[in-house]
Order: sequence, then structure tokens, then C-alpha cells
Amino acid sequence: MSGMWSFLANPHRFLVFARYAVPISYGVGLCLFAWSLYQALWRVPPDALQGGDIIRGMFIHVPSAWLCMGLYLGLAIASFVWFIWRHELADVAARAIAPIGATYTALCLVTGAIWGKPTWGTWWLWDDPRIMSVLVLFFLFLGYMALRSALETRQRAARAGAILAMVGAVNVPLIKFSVDIWSSLHQGPSVLRAEGPAMADVYLHPLLIGFGGQALLVSAMVLTLMRAEIFTQQGDRLMARRLGES
Amino acid sequence: MRPAPIRRGFGQALVEAWSGGAGSVLPFGFFSGTAMLVPFVLGSAPDRLASIGPGMLWLALALASLVTLERMFQADLQDGALDLWVQEPAAISLVALTKVMAHWIVSGLPLVLLTPLYGLMFQIPIDTTVPAMMAFGLGGLTFFLWGGVAAALAASVARGGLLIALLALPFYLPTMIFGGMTVQAGLEDPSFLFLLASTLFALGVAPPAMGAALRLAAD
Repeated sequence: MSGMWSFLANPHRFLVFARYAVPISYGVGLCLFAWSLYQALWRVPPDALQGGDIIRGMFIHVPSAWLCMGLYLGLAIASFVWFIWRHELADVAARAIAPIGATYTALCLVTGAIWGKPTWGTWWLWDDPRIMSVLVLFFLFLGYMALRSALETRQRAARAGAILAMVGAVNVPLIKFSVDIWSSLHQGPSVLRAEGPAMADVYLHPLLIGFGGQALLVSAMVLTLMRAEIFTQQGDRLMARRLGES
Repeated sequence: MRPAPIRRGFGQALVEAWSGGAGSVLPFGFFSGTAMLVPFVLGSAPDRLASIGPGMLWLALALASLVTLERMFQADLQDGALDLWVQEPAAISLVALTKVMAHWIVSGLPLVLLTPLYGLMFQIPIDTTVPAMMAFGLGGLTFFLWGGVAAALAASVARGGLLIALLALPFYLPTMIFGGMTVQAGLEDPSFLFLLASTLFALGVAPPAMGAALRLAAD
């Protein structure tokens, strides 16, 4: 594993890897996502307990909730790797993850509100710990992007961003705990439970496969942004060299 | 490590916090202004004010702590003091902690001491005011610690006040929640212990983060 990471830490080898990985991830991800959407919209029976047809929204909402948490974890890990070993690629990754993470937290909040209206009778519930955690995550992503864009040089932006992401990551459990103290109308977790998933297979399989498809799409988007960033840097370097020669 | 720079830094920070950021006058004015507007917006019935008063003062304290954050490290960056602190091995975190303490003493503590006065104005019963002061004191320190991290990260950003607020507010949330619960339920409630824990957590995490951010600002 560590061998693979240090192999990819070289931007040139990363570009070669990304050239193949990006189209494959987009292709496979789109296929899986399309299959799960087909299942969600036409095959899955409506669930009386969850407000009937609105259960079909779960196949967007739940993966986006998992992905935005995963993306923040990815941001924190990339920041840590950059801060300790100064792998330039880790910073490129952190920078690419932030806007996608912010988009997914927003998607999670919006789909959650749409699901909440028919099932809880309200678009928004301040008491719910999970809404609050995702909302805080949204602000952490926004703050990260605002801080990076406010600092002049790339190097400063990378260092400040890494410190902020790491401080944010150690705070996330505390934030999670503090909002969990608040009482909740939200149903308890129903997939990751000690006695196994409580969800019927007819929902669970499209959900997991759709999640896999969306995860592939997200990694393809991150890789695309990373490639664009590396190309921009190379372009700047070429431009600087040409200006130096003339 | 010699203690002299810390002691020196503390005195200097007190003077600076007093003069540079308009000391306690600016946060006091902001705090009072925010509090003053509330009865006009939410109605002035005494029982209503008594029920929302503690929480409202708590919110005003959090917002008032943001007012002077921008100046916390900016002056040190501009006059070169930061470059000298960075030379001292491992001292930068302690110097940063000292500055936060000085800031809290100048800008936060006066507001806490004024709580009984505001309590009278908002018809808050006196047996709620005393626990509220404890919570405000501890919570205020936590606000300044997290605010200090944001201020250190944005020290080199000109007019970074709003950026600092955006960075700091998510970190305020646990303290806001536990402090709000303590103010409502009293010091015997477990939420007071959680408030203490969040303060200790900030005391442990914030100084190294401020140190790293200040090293970056000094580069």
C-alpha cells in the first residue's frame, strides 16, 4: 500500500495513472449509478414507514451523507500527509477535494430537507444531530476554501489550509458528540448496526451499489481537478521559462 | 526555555490589547448594542426576557469575542515581534496562549463581570446569574482560544475580520451548546462538566495550532 502511494507521489507517474483511472472511474461509476437510479425509481417498492415514494430519494441522500464525511476525512488525511512529508500531490488533492466536499454537504442537506418534509412534516429540524453535523461540515469546507483563497502564495495557502483541516478534524468528534446530546426526532442509524443491517435487501443492494458508483464518480472528479491543477502548474512553469529566455 | 519572554509577552499583550484593539470598550459596546436590540425585536414582556435573557447574553458574548480577534496577532506581525518569538524554540505556542489570556482578560472578563447588571435589565433571577457567570467565563476563554487559532491563520490577511469569524464559528459550536445548557440547567447539570471538558480540549489543541500558524505567518 505505502509502495503504491510513494509510486504515485511523483506527478508524472500520477498523470499516467490518472489518464487511465479517470475515464474508467467515470465509466464504471456512471453505469453503477445509473443502475441504482433505475432500481430506485422503477423497481424498489414504496416504503410505508418512510413516507411511501420518498424512499427513492434515499439513494441520493444516504450516499451523499457518507461521501461528504468521507471527503472531509480525505481532506484531513491529505492535509496531514502534506504537513508531515510535504508531498506536493497531497496538497493538490486537498485543494481538489474541498469544493467537491462542499457540494456534497450541500446536496446532503437539500435532499435531507426534501425527505424530511413528507416524513417528519418539516423541511428543517434544529434538534436533529445529523443535520447539525453536516451543516458544520459544510461551514468547515467553506472556511477552508475561503482561507486558501485569501492567502497570496500557494505555499502559504497549503500550510494554512493543512493546519485548519487538521484542527477541524480533531474537532469533528467533539462537534458530533455535542450535537448528539441534543434530543432527536430523526430515526436511528439503520445500516451500520452491530446486529447487521435492518434494511431489507431490496433497498440495501441498490443503495450499496449506488454508493459505490457515486464514490467512483467522486474520485474521478477529484482526479480530474488534480490533473487540471498539475497542468496549470506545469503551464505556469513553462510560461516562466519562456519569459526568462526571451 | 527562559520564562522572561512569556512574562514580557503577557505585559506587552495586555498593553496592546488595551490600546490596539480599543481594549474592552469595543467589545463592551458591541455586547451592549447587541443586547439592547433584542427586547425591541423579540418583545419586552418580563417573563419572556427572563427566559431568553441568559441564552441571548451567551450569544452576544460569542459574537463580541469576534470583534477584536483581527488585531490579536496582526500588530506583532507588523512590528516584527513575531519574528523574534519564532526564534525561541518551542516558545511560540506559549506566547500565543499568553496573548489569548491577555485578550480574554481585557476583552472577555469585563463582559462576564457585567453579567449581573445585564441580568437585572433582562429580569433574569439572581440564582441563574451566578452559574451563568461561571459558564460565561469558561466559555469565553474557549471562544478566544479557537478565535486565536483563526486569527493566527489569517494574521497575514489584510481585513481578515470576516474570514476569522467564518473560520472560528464552527469551532464555537460545542461550547455554545454546552454553555447554553449549563446556563439553563445550572452548575449541577452534567452539561457543566462537558463545558469544562470542551474548555480543556481547547486549551490542549489550540496553542500548538496557533504556534504552527504563527510560524507560517512569520515566514
